[in-house]
Amino acid sequence: MKIYGVAFLAACYLIGQVIGKYIGIGLGIGGNVGGVGIAMILLVLINDRFYKKISLHVETQAGVLFWSSMYIPVIVAMSSILNVKVALSNGWVAIFSGILATSCCYLLIPLISKWSQLNLKESIE
Amino acid sequence: MIGVDVLDEVFIKNGLIVAFLTVGVMLFLADWMSKKIFNKRIPGVAIAILAALVMAYFGGDKGISNHSFFSGMALLGGAMFRDFTIVATAMGANLSELRKTGLPGIISLFIGVTVTFFVGGSIGYAMGYTDAVSFTTIGAGACTYIVGPITGAAIGASSDLIAISIAAGVVKTIFVTIITPLVAKKIGLDNPSTAMIFGGMIGTTSGVAAGLAATDPKLVPYGALTATFYTGMGVLLCPSVFYLLMVYLL
Repeated sequence: MKIYGVAFLAACYLIGQVIGKYIGIGLGIGGNVGGVGIAMILLVLINDRFYKKISLHVETQAGVLFWSSMYIPVIVAMSSILNVKVALSNGWVAIFSGILATSCCYLLIPLISKWSQLNLKESIE
Repeated sequence: MIGVDVLDEVFIKNGLIVAFLTVGVMLFLADWMSKKIFNKRIPGVAIAILAALVMAYFGGDKGISNHSFFSGMALLGGAMFRDFTIVATAMGANLSELRKTGLPGIISLFIGVTVTFFVGGSIGYAMGYTDAVSFTTIGAGACTYIVGPITGAAIGASSDLIAISIAAGVVKTIFVTIITPLVAKKIGLDNPSTAMIFGGMIGTTSGVAAGLAATDPKLVPYGALTATFYTGMGVLLCPSVFYLLMVYLL
């Protein structure tokens, strides 16, 4: 049944949220630290286990895959509720610092990517 | 008159369903434009996101959802659905790929937050915001629009400073959304490993998710996974270590 997949996804999500919240409290910064990431790791690990043993039932998987495919529409909706006006009207400081700081990170991505591949090769050899 | 009233009531009462319809139509039109007008050179998703940003501009502080007709967009595009669907994308992620880039992913998080903070803060400094509190708040805002206000509140920044930091974060999200598909090839963003580093370096979950969706939806779970730790890292470092360092330096 598809609802099994949805419920499985909901369980991973909620466990991640709770753990993320506790990490936030533990670090003394409040908020949710990495809750989504933890939920994703949980889902991958459990899915991997089941996949090897009996494989999650096709219908159950379909329940998760539906929400996975809803991701793009959600992102479109999310873009439509951003405070674009404030972003553009709050002066050049916000625009410059937002764009230039991010551009520097873009420039560094190929370097770190190369470095990580080199590292990987070394660890294999 | 009665007809308009009835429509109004139905559409406002069923906000989420209206949002489903709106986004569906938007994506359909965007896909059509991508195929017929841009010869698939610009992905339909990118067009839809851009259209959504333009719509948001004509809304208010909550974008298009300020209009009661589109209030459901706030629910569909809110944090709950965003995070729920991002977790679901992990279904398509490969465990061994995730393991391979584990350490570089964590390192890229650290470098990403640090570089963004200092470059963002320095630009504020160059433009006249020279005290430690301003530097830290603007630098934190350049990380994400969540890190900015949390940091600002923690170190006692004024409300207009916090507004600038939120704006810097939103500018970043919009910039990442638009620019990622355009530069993806140049920065080698075509494999899970680089996607994870990208997520760690750039961080804004919304921007990373939207940018990757417009680049290659298969890469979304990898980028999103590291990106979700970025805000936490920023909130951890900015009001503490980085702020103390700025107090010492300035």
